[in-house]
Amino acid sequence: MTTRELTVGVGAGELATADMVLNIGPQHPATHGVLRLRVTLDGERISRAEPIVGYMHRGAEKLFEVRDYRQIMVLANRHDWLSAFSSEVGLALTVERMLGMEVPVRATWTRTLLSELNRVLNHLMFLGSYPLELGAITPIFYSFREREELQTVMEEISGGRMHYMFNRVGGLREDIPAGWLQRVQAAIDGVRARMPELESLLVGNEILQARTRGVGVLTAEAVASYGVSGPIARASGLDVDLRRDQPYLAYDELFAPGGPGRVVTRQAGDCLARLEVLLEQTHVGLDLAQACVERLLAMPAGPVNLKLPKVLKVPEGSDYVATENPLGFNGYYLVSRGDKTPWRLALRSASFNNVAVLAELLPGNLLADMVAILGSMFFVVGDIDK
Amino acid sequence: MSTFGEVVLRSLCVLIAFLVLPLLVGQTEHKLMAHMQGRLGPMYAGGFHGWAQLVADGVKFTQKEDIVPLAADKPVFRLAPALGIVSYLLALAVIPFGPHLVAAGITGSLLWVLAVGAIGTVGTLMAGWSSGNKYALIGGLRSAAQLVSYEVPLILAAASFAMAAGSFSLVSIAHAWTPWWLLWQLPGAIVFLVAGTAELQRPPFDMPVADSELVMGPWTEYTGLRFALFLLAEYAGIVVVSLVLAVLYLGGWTGPFDHQIGPFWVLLKGFFFAVIILWMRMSWPRLREDQLQRVAWLGLVPLALLQIVLTAAGVVLTT
Repeated sequence: MTTRELTVGVGAGELATADMVLNIGPQHPATHGVLRLRVTLDGERISRAEPIVGYMHRGAEKLFEVRDYRQIMVLANRHDWLSAFSSEVGLALTVERMLGMEVPVRATWTRTLLSELNRVLNHLMFLGSYPLELGAITPIFYSFREREELQTVMEEISGGRMHYMFNRVGGLREDIPAGWLQRVQAAIDGVRARMPELESLLVGNEILQARTRGVGVLTAEAVASYGVSGPIARASGLDVDLRRDQPYLAYDELFAPGGPGRVVTRQAGDCLARLEVLLEQTHVGLDLAQACVERLLAMPAGPVNLKLPKVLKVPEGSDYVATENPLGFNGYYLVSRGDKTPWRLALRSASFNNVAVLAELLPGNLLADMVAILGSMFFVVGDIDK
Repeated sequence: MSTFGEVVLRSLCVLIAFLVLPLLVGQTEHKLMAHMQGRLGPMYAGGFHGWAQLVADGVKFTQKEDIVPLAADKPVFRLAPALGIVSYLLALAVIPFGPHLVAAGITGSLLWVLAVGAIGTVGTLMAGWSSGNKYALIGGLRSAAQLVSYEVPLILAAASFAMAAGSFSLVSIAHAWTPWWLLWQLPGAIVFLVAGTAELQRPPFDMPVADSELVMGPWTEYTGLRFALFLLAEYAGIVVVSLVLAVLYLGGWTGPFDHQIGPFWVLLKGFFFAVIILWMRMSWPRLREDQLQRVAWLGLVPLALLQIVLTAAGVVLTT
């Protein structure tokens, strides 16, 4: 028979305390879908955190293998539903490079324009949803007003509001509609004029600063070792941006000295720095889109795609193309055996690596800071689970 | 017969006010928030600008299944929502709408309001503890911490008004009010408003129910009518805090033509404070629990003590 001991006393030494294991998710308001975090709590302090992923695994990579090169485009824009156009472009670039295709210059600039508009849309989404996690309910309506403006022009050219499906191997589906560039210009001007309203609700707010400054500091070493990329990495002082470092589309010209492109970085590495990077990148994105519009207006009419053979086969070989998606590096590793479908198409998505660092970042923080940190990692669950 | 009839009549009036005023505040929140966020808010229920939306919500809540979790401490779980409701109902009964227009005219009505108002938070505590849910438990603990730290500045601020008027009766305080109070009692009013908001667990002090962290805190496991009672209690709390503040700091029924429309002034002044409490929710994120304690002990308590010194000096110099 076991003896039952009961120690009663006052003070932390005597009073028995037990850790509490709390499963945050898969269904929880803070996880934007089905990310699950298993945290061990001592009071409100997190002593251990483990992200458990895979609830939204859809087997994207396997599905790539049974669809031809025209069809995989529709899958490529699904995993990160907030960066659909950027993901499409990455895949199109991979296939084109393996085919040795020269895409018309008009298509390249239009792709750049749409990528940047997509980036702004993505960032506006997080600029609205992040305050929501901190309990501020109004900014999301401000940011969605701007999103609506930009989505209208995106919808006009592509027909889609989220999954644009506007890229084709060799260019774009259709040419720019008449007068569309002027409407994009008006949309950019409108969003730029109203951004201060959103900004004053965000970085101008003392409570938001108190909740984010010095919270969840991510060191540059952790960023490097976990393969964190995108705005989160740049907020920790890592000056990496594939648009400048490995230029694709028309970025070599935009990021050339004197061009509108610049890489936004912060040194602090805390939640506020991540938010600031996102905010400033929104402005840079609008500047880049503006430059693309001007360039396209000055450009003579021309083709936006290439004529493809009826059965599109990629020559045998492999290639890896990475692009700077709104949330970070998005890479496609394509292995072809000369068939009309990829033999293997591996996907490197940004959110997977960005969320992996949570296990290191969360312990020692309060439960209330957990949502502040989680929200500032700017992830899309589909992009984690693929 | 006449006394009994009068008691019934007065109780009925309080009950009607208790059911109507929180809905009015709730509808104001819906519409105000919507227009601040570029939306329209409720537009259909009842026809004219969705005036009956909250009535419809109430009807919906009554039809829902009342679930008591298996792991819950059932009697406590069932009783918890009633506590908040009853406490604010009792508080509302002593708020004067005119020199003689008060449902229960007791001499220590300010003390009464503070005493019964604090019970409401115990309901949240009971709900958090009895739900058998980790989120609810953390929420309950947070609300306990909040209750402890915000009672002090609330009572200190109220004490200042009582000192200034030389009475614990809300009617007497309103009688003693002069426009000079607007300046003299300003710090106390600010402390009362902030501490009252924290006591009500309204944003930016809503960490006990922080939806993005704790799902719904102590209310997580509640459904149907019991859940609606918590919401009603929250809005009734706003009504009570706003009306008490209107009586303490803005002189209650005092105003032009106050012999004819005194109650209207009380309601208007109370509405002013209610809108401030609502507005805070629309513009600010929520604080963290430790930051909230900092605000209480390093900001509000010293400010309230300062106000008491100020009030004492004022009372000594003017009498």
